[in-house]
Amino acid sequence: MSASAVTQESRSESAWATFRRGISLSPELKAGLAGTLGLALIAMIGRAAVPVAVQQGIDRGLGVQTGHLDMGVIATVVGITALILVVTTICGYFMMRRLFTVSETALANIRVRTFRHIHDLSMLHQQSERRGTMVSRVTSDVDSITQFIQWGGVILMVNGGQLVVTTIVMAFYSWQLTLVVLAAFLPAVVVIKAFQKRLSGAYAENRRRIGVMLGAISESVVGASVIRAYGVSERSGAKLSATIDDYQQAQRRAMRISVTSFSVGEIASALALASVVLVGVRFGVAGEITFGEMTAFLFLVTLFIQPVQIATEVLNEAQNAVAGWRRLLDVVDLEPDVADPAERGVDLPEGPLDISFERVSFSYPVDGEPGPRVLHEVHLDVAAKTRVAVVGETGSGKTTFAKLLTRLMDPSEGRVLLSGTPLTDVRFASLRSRVVMVPQDGFLFDATVAENVRFARPDLTDAELEQAFTDLGLLDWVQGLAHGLDTPVGERGEALSVGERQLVALARAYVADPDLLVLDEATSAVDPATEVRLQRTLDAVTRGRTTVAIAHRLSTAQAADEVIVVDKGVVIQRGPHDELLTLPDSVYAKLYASWLEQTR
Amino acid sequence: MAGQTAGDAPAKPEITGRDVLARGARVMWRGIRDEPRRFTTAVLGSCLFGALVIGQAIVVGWLVDELIQPATTGGDVTAGAMALGATVLIAMGLGRVAGIFGRRLGAGFMQFALQARYRHEVTRRYLQLPVSWHQRHATGTLLSNANSDVEAAWFPVAPLPFAVGTMFMLVVAVGVLFSVDWALALVGLVVFPVLFVMNVVFSRRMAPRQARAQHLRAEVAAIAHESFDGALVVKTMGREDLETRRFAARAGELRDALISVGRLRGLFDPLMESLPFLGTLLALLVGAWRMDQGAIGLNEVVQVTFLFTVLAFPVRAIGWVLGDLPRSVAGWDRVEHVLQSTGQMPYGAQDLPGSGAAELSFRNVDFAYDPAQPVLRDVTFTVPAGRTVALVGPTGSGKSTIATLAARLLDPEQGQIALDGTDARGLSSASLAHAVALVPQIAFVFDDTVRGNVALDRPGIDDDRVHEALATAQADTFIARLPEHLDTQLGERGTSLSGGQRQRVTLARALAGQPRLLILDDATSAVDPRVEARILASLRGSAQSTTILVVAYRRATIALADEVVYIESGRVIATGTHERLLATVGGYADLVTAYEKAEEERERDRLYDEASAAEQEEEVAA
Repeated sequence: MSASAVTQESRSESAWATFRRGISLSPELKAGLAGTLGLALIAMIGRAAVPVAVQQGIDRGLGVQTGHLDMGVIATVVGITALILVVTTICGYFMMRRLFTVSETALANIRVRTFRHIHDLSMLHQQSERRGTMVSRVTSDVDSITQFIQWGGVILMVNGGQLVVTTIVMAFYSWQLTLVVLAAFLPAVVVIKAFQKRLSGAYAENRRRIGVMLGAISESVVGASVIRAYGVSERSGAKLSATIDDYQQAQRRAMRISVTSFSVGEIASALALASVVLVGVRFGVAGEITFGEMTAFLFLVTLFIQPVQIATEVLNEAQNAVAGWRRLLDVVDLEPDVADPAERGVDLPEGPLDISFERVSFSYPVDGEPGPRVLHEVHLDVAAKTRVAVVGETGSGKTTFAKLLTRLMDPSEGRVLLSGTPLTDVRFASLRSRVVMVPQDGFLFDATVAENVRFARPDLTDAELEQAFTDLGLLDWVQGLAHGLDTPVGERGEALSVGERQLVALARAYVADPDLLVLDEATSAVDPATEVRLQRTLDAVTRGRTTVAIAHRLSTAQAADEVIVVDKGVVIQRGPHDELLTLPDSVYAKLYASWLEQTR
Repeated sequence: MAGQTAGDAPAKPEITGRDVLARGARVMWRGIRDEPRRFTTAVLGSCLFGALVIGQAIVVGWLVDELIQPATTGGDVTAGAMALGATVLIAMGLGRVAGIFGRRLGAGFMQFALQARYRHEVTRRYLQLPVSWHQRHATGTLLSNANSDVEAAWFPVAPLPFAVGTMFMLVVAVGVLFSVDWALALVGLVVFPVLFVMNVVFSRRMAPRQARAQHLRAEVAAIAHESFDGALVVKTMGREDLETRRFAARAGELRDALISVGRLRGLFDPLMESLPFLGTLLALLVGAWRMDQGAIGLNEVVQVTFLFTVLAFPVRAIGWVLGDLPRSVAGWDRVEHVLQSTGQMPYGAQDLPGSGAAELSFRNVDFAYDPAQPVLRDVTFTVPAGRTVALVGPTGSGKSTIATLAARLLDPEQGQIALDGTDARGLSSASLAHAVALVPQIAFVFDDTVRGNVALDRPGIDDDRVHEALATAQADTFIARLPEHLDTQLGERGTSLSGGQRQRVTLARALAGQPRLLILDDATSAVDPRVEARILASLRGSAQSTTILVVAYRRATIALADEVVYIESGRVIATGTHERLLATVGGYADLVTAYEKAEEERERDRLYDEASAAEQEEEVAA
């Protein structure tokens, strides 16, 4: 499935199908449903009780027929109805309680599962989505389902029931008048349904524009310093304002449609009431309906109108909720294309790992189609315990190489093996503990230095942590921070300098103690002296493991056992640094010459 | 890991039940003052609707009297009365539609306008507030301030006119009741205040629960945001389980908070539904008693009971407003925090006189992000006009901070930073932006075209200048290969560039403005050596009238510089030519010759290894 499938809004799945798909994903929602529905049924009866009481009171107590007013009858009718109301209120309470508990529990589960699922998606999938979009999958989308189930669910249950009960009671009093009421509403239902379609289009436009607006807001926050430095806050402000106004326009349009659709129901209700009066009076004259029944009917028509009106509103809300639910389900249904073989998989063999690439090709997907190849039939073996540097110009495919090696992506063709085991067969639990990559931007969590390093190994003691920094020759640096290991690093680590963030990320990878360590320009922002020192200590601590370092600082290459030169997706040279230099016109020799030029 | 949502947002005043209604009322009042016309329209519509609802009850009473009673008891029914009755009912229906249009469009448009207005204000503030303020606030928090907090603040605006109209309707209803019978009026005077008081009690008890749920909701979002932000690290370390547990814990707390909200609502909603029905029953009972006494007629009993039935629903609108007030107050507090944020860094009014390269000077500059940890201490140096100075120092020594200060994105705590002798704080925004360009370490690309990103609509930057700048930054080749060249969309919704390419685009952005002072903060770290060498060569070639401050590690970059400022731990250790510093400053020499030394050492090791291997061989041979 293409990565962009997640964002597609144009799915033509019906709301009902989404609902069913959603329920099958959260079977907890069905827990105790019968009981809840039963309570809802009882709660609904309370609504019809009052018009019946009015009819009984008028016909039998006020003595319209008999001409004799009987307070006893009135008191009895009122007393019994009040009792029914108390009982139905209690049932209503329990129904809502159950509904809230069940739905919140089920949705908390789906929230967590979706969160996990997003982490399980491949790196390419994750990167094809805007971060905010993924966050809203587990926040606002879930919230909209909750709202729909609780608001919509309650209202549809209670009001749907009210509609049914009211209709039954009405039919009991006079089936002819009931038909009159239904006839008055029928055209409204058709018209409202037509409006729903336009409305759902309007809501889709709302969502699109809110996305654009949030993007613009985020840009003005993330790029605050650039905007200020170039004095272009007016330009950014104007763009941002336009997106805010666009969203407001879309909101208004949806509102206009919604109100128009709502008023159709109101007109229908006036029509129904008028028809009931006209027709009812004729029946009354014919002696087919009593005064009390006729009066009760007027009450019942009102009770019939309310749920119809409310349902119109709920359906509007439901459009949003169903869309949210659909987006969520689309993510959950997305098969991770780099999947954990889990129990079908094997563990990596013990001991140092060797690497082999068998005719590996790779192309990044462009709009769901394979794009141009960035790696082309790479065939390569690296012995265990060697330290390899991968060099090449920007865009030569070195980072792709690292991502395939750590199975962040799978090759388009060919396969990658570690100690003879194809990566695709290796359980993630084994893979991630034995193979660790340090990406270029050393992402840190908003916590302390110590907590960030412990991310790799939560059981590390303070002493062990300190030892790790000592091993890497970084203890002085850590101790120089305001609060040592307990220094908070800020959001994304931004309280530290870029180079310092890389040091923490490196320490984090080091304590993970992998057998294959992949460094993707992991020290690109660190000063040369520290880098050289790190290099040396890394050499010491990584002895006995396989290390692959992607580097554009060729100091790394010089220190490596072997250098692999990648150019335009092909491995064109490999061998020790000194050996490669003996070919004067080679790509590596040229790279090295410009490196020397820069550093001498 | 610690939850961070609130960041260092202000200590939120605890939302207690007691004052939340008063504070909520103030927020609503502010909204009304901002949008008086839309509010008036909505309230008028709502009152019209309410009046017609009551009118309908009166008409029903009249119908009972004129039509239904005669019809069902064998009296006379005139066709005229029937036609009149039906016409009035339909006319009233149309009137209600007009009321609904007024009320809902008025309220909706008012709500949208308020949201837009405060989004404008909040984001305008973001653009005004200095970098130091932004550094103290989490991105996620700022985003939700401009989005969900603004939304929450104006949430109760939608039902507000309905609630106001309902209050009006209740007053009229009590009036109608009095005109019918004092005893029935008393029923209304009991039932309506009870409804109102229950609503108030409910929203007070709801306030803290809602606040807690809202707070947890933000935390859950923050965890998700951070976790997805660091997805690559989570993945490469295989910590998905750990992250899921972290998320699940907070999601569980949110679930419990929402269930507690739900339980209260579960109690309130059925009660609010039943109470008006009980009112109807009470009206029936009292009505029958008064009828027994001969005080009122049958039609009046029906009219009053009908009134209670139709009032049941609108009364809940009051509950909606009150129920949403706590959220509104919480949202408004956060919006207001942004709007009232100080820490402005006002620009001066001066223009930077002259033209061509400008001199940059730091005089006794102290700076700290956190008072506990000074970053710069007594930094003094000068970059003479037209010269290039390299700023060199170990990781974490304060180089980026100096670069940021030089572009006046931050102000020093002590000391002065001057351009051509003019204190940077006295310069106007325009002259500063025109004179100084900073290329940061981490490139920021706007969601815009290549052209938009480079030119930023700055006056005088035409396509020729853009091309020229792209060429100097060695970005022309790859831009030429993009599908739509200068018109290719970059950024989140466009083509994604590699780190090195992004750096070159931002470099071109700086060059296009032909700044008088160019600050490069390790701006080519992701560019590979050969390309970087070309960039430096073309910079040297084109930098005819620019002063350059460059944060650098590489010898080639340093070689470009006329002078080097070497810093360690936020202090200037030495200033001078590269050669002099190399000879006299040990730390500097260690830093810049690190690669050579490492290589020499390796060479020695290799020779030694070879020698000892040869010795061994000899020994073996011997």
